[in-house]
Amino acid sequence: MKTYTIHRVLSVLVVLATIVLWQGCKPKAPGSIINGDAASQAYVAPGKYDEFYNVVSGGFNGQMSIYGLPSGRLFRIIPVFSQFPENGWGYSEETKPMLNTSHGFVPWDDLHHISLSLTKGEHDGRWAFGNANNTPRVARVDMKTFKTVEILELPNSGGNHSSPFITENSEYIVAGTRFSVPVGDNTDVPISSFKENFKGYISFISVDPTDGEMKIAFQLKTPGVSFDLARAGKGPSHGWFFFSTYNTEQAYTLLEVNASQKDKDFIMAVNWKKAEEYIKAGKGTTAKAKYAHNVWDESTHTGVSTIMDEVLQLDPAELKDIIYFIPCPKSPHGCDTDPTGEYIVGSGKLAALIPVFSFAKIQAAIANKEFEGEFAGIPVIKYEAALHGEVKKPGLGPLHTEFDNNGNAYTSFFVSSEIVKWNVKTLEILDRVPTYYSIGHLSVPGGPTTKPHGKYVVAYNKITKDRYLPTGPELTQSAQLYDISGDKMKLILDFPTTGEPHYAESIPASLVMPNSTKIYKIEDNKHPYASLGEGMTKVERKGKEVHVYMTAIRSHLTPDNIEGVKLGDEVFFHVTNLEQDWDVPHGFAVKGANNAEILVMPGETQTLKWKPLSTGIFPFYCTDFCSALHQEMQGYIRVSPAGSKVPLKFSTGKIEDQASGAGQ
Amino acid sequence: MKKVFLPMLAMLAFSCSQPTTNTETEAVAEAPGAGQSAVKDDVSQQDVVRIAVNSPDHTTLVTALKTAEYVDVLSNAGPFTVFAPTNAAFEKLPAGTVEGLLKPESRDALRNILEYHVYVGVVTEGMMQDGMTLNQVNLDNVKIGKKDGKLTVNGANVLGSARGSNGIVYIIDAVLLPPEKK
Repeated sequence: MKTYTIHRVLSVLVVLATIVLWQGCKPKAPGSIINGDAASQAYVAPGKYDEFYNVVSGGFNGQMSIYGLPSGRLFRIIPVFSQFPENGWGYSEETKPMLNTSHGFVPWDDLHHISLSLTKGEHDGRWAFGNANNTPRVARVDMKTFKTVEILELPNSGGNHSSPFITENSEYIVAGTRFSVPVGDNTDVPISSFKENFKGYISFISVDPTDGEMKIAFQLKTPGVSFDLARAGKGPSHGWFFFSTYNTEQAYTLLEVNASQKDKDFIMAVNWKKAEEYIKAGKGTTAKAKYAHNVWDESTHTGVSTIMDEVLQLDPAELKDIIYFIPCPKSPHGCDTDPTGEYIVGSGKLAALIPVFSFAKIQAAIANKEFEGEFAGIPVIKYEAALHGEVKKPGLGPLHTEFDNNGNAYTSFFVSSEIVKWNVKTLEILDRVPTYYSIGHLSVPGGPTTKPHGKYVVAYNKITKDRYLPTGPELTQSAQLYDISGDKMKLILDFPTTGEPHYAESIPASLVMPNSTKIYKIEDNKHPYASLGEGMTKVERKGKEVHVYMTAIRSHLTPDNIEGVKLGDEVFFHVTNLEQDWDVPHGFAVKGANNAEILVMPGETQTLKWKPLSTGIFPFYCTDFCSALHQEMQGYIRVSPAGSKVPLKFSTGKIEDQASGAGQ
Repeated sequence: MKKVFLPMLAMLAFSCSQPTTNTETEAVAEAPGAGQSAVKDDVSQQDVVRIAVNSPDHTTLVTALKTAEYVDVLSNAGPFTVFAPTNAAFEKLPAGTVEGLLKPESRDALRNILEYHVYVGVVTEGMMQDGMTLNQVNLDNVKIGKKDGKLTVNGANVLGSARGSNGIVYIIDAVLLPPEKK
């Protein structure tokens, strides 16, 4: 076959010019006009607070970031799964255990989704959960300290995408695998044995209601498909969880074509209360599994990693009534339950319609056994029996749906690059606005809760192209803020975002701000190497290890002169910040360190390990501008040859050279 | 004639695509932006829409895409496999068909037909197999034929292909008509 070549310079030019002309002069639809007051709607005056905290996944930066809404101002990046040299996360001795896994130390991941903790279906402002898509894990961030305080690895998972969605009282967060993989004793099998050997596993992770600590309560062994996203039931559907699946074709190569063969994949409905009953009845089996559970101890300011060795599993193909499949066109991505808990919105990312399922009808269909057959031993409910209705011709490529407090849904469309507002009950399309460009997730404050806060929808776009000043081949990711308080959505702000945001949630500032930690109390510091006062500073040798018990307070480090370190030693700088004043961290860095700096919060102790590779005098200093004499906050450490007789000594403010008067 | 015409067009285009800013009044009404098809980029590979637009044999298809407001859609990230009927293919339809489809009241029907020509995913010739079905954007299937190196879709002949930045275009000699809904 001959390849058509279509290059006629003149016609190209004419046509290109025409396209630009046509686009540029396109009549402006009412919904796509920015009004002059848009800026004032997103404007938060200097010194004023935003109304919402916007907790945004960082995608490939492995972090979460905190923005304000409606201003779009970035307040903080919270390192979660990725090392962060800016504050030493994953570099300091205390934080390294947080990134430990059954694969050893994993310094990066891909954080896609946020779930904020819930009580009675509403935000309680306690924790933010995030998932690691690559090396399967979930993390918990404490909303008092905005610090990652727990990371739990997930065994038997190939990639934790369908996570960390949460039940209405934070009973569980879930973790469904995007990649089915072979599990058990023999995983060295041909890839082509997918149908026989590959399994999907869904983990239900319990969250301790008091301290938030996570534990894998049980895993469901499910057929080898890909789990994409999920949402818990709420209200009448509390006790159920809904997962979108794709690749029910069970393809293992060129999924671009081979995972799109079927008209419909499935929404998987899980009756987790039923699973709990089976566990109580002793139907669970304990399987060997190696995974890390890393917990931050706020009193020692140290992460502790424990390798776990078993997990409780249930097999829904044998234990009936836990799982049902509902057909859903085509490769459903979003699977979102509305605030009433009655409607479940499946968004077939390759489909041009949105099916909305009814929880009541699903229950009736199960009771009446309205099944069209089985898939891998699991009953498949008839599509029509579960269906509330379809939103017809809503746009192209529906991905995700969020809700307001007036019975409306907002669905993002990647292919047609727009947000479409529709009524959940009537399925009528009410409004549509373009996004710039190629929206992925979207987020309404409180959108996944029983009582959405409404007001705004934020679009998280994948393509930015001409929206900002260009910065070479790689451009900023972009969020767009729309006012949804009226009948028509109104674009009021573009703001650039860090990393590559996927999902985000927003929570009223009033639920978080009053609890924000200001300092760590120095008297509560139980770090084994803490110096709880300058008088307790010292330098100790333990074989080849030299431990420096150091303090930092405006504006000196104690000790700031250290001698007696020898080549071959490993030096541990345990820096305690003695400040008890909000917003006065100190930093610490030493010349030639092969890791990073550390930032030490008031009352905290953190440790930087340093192995000098040459003799000489090495400066160290405070990296966080703390006072008018910040630039004086510095010191020296002397490194002598391996066999040297230079004694170990340390001091601050001790003038040895009285003759010359240096330092006086 | 053309030498004069081109710069004129370009000037017009330039003046129209500028945002209408007015520094004197605060309440400025401004379009937040055109779609992705308006991004100025003469360096990147052409997307599937520009391929069609730049082909003199696909003016009817391009008119249809514009009428259906699908130009921006096909300028987005995709990925797409587009079956692009030639002007001659449209001419084979019964007289008045195209004109009827281009009327505002036929928009759903037009969109349905256009969606039947697009698959989300890039299916290169090498990936295509005889008898393979592709579930198109409108949710109906097309059937690929591949015999003796000759490629067909629902019996229409594939005359050639062009790779775009966001997908692949197969030029075909007949318009694909979606099956009647039961």
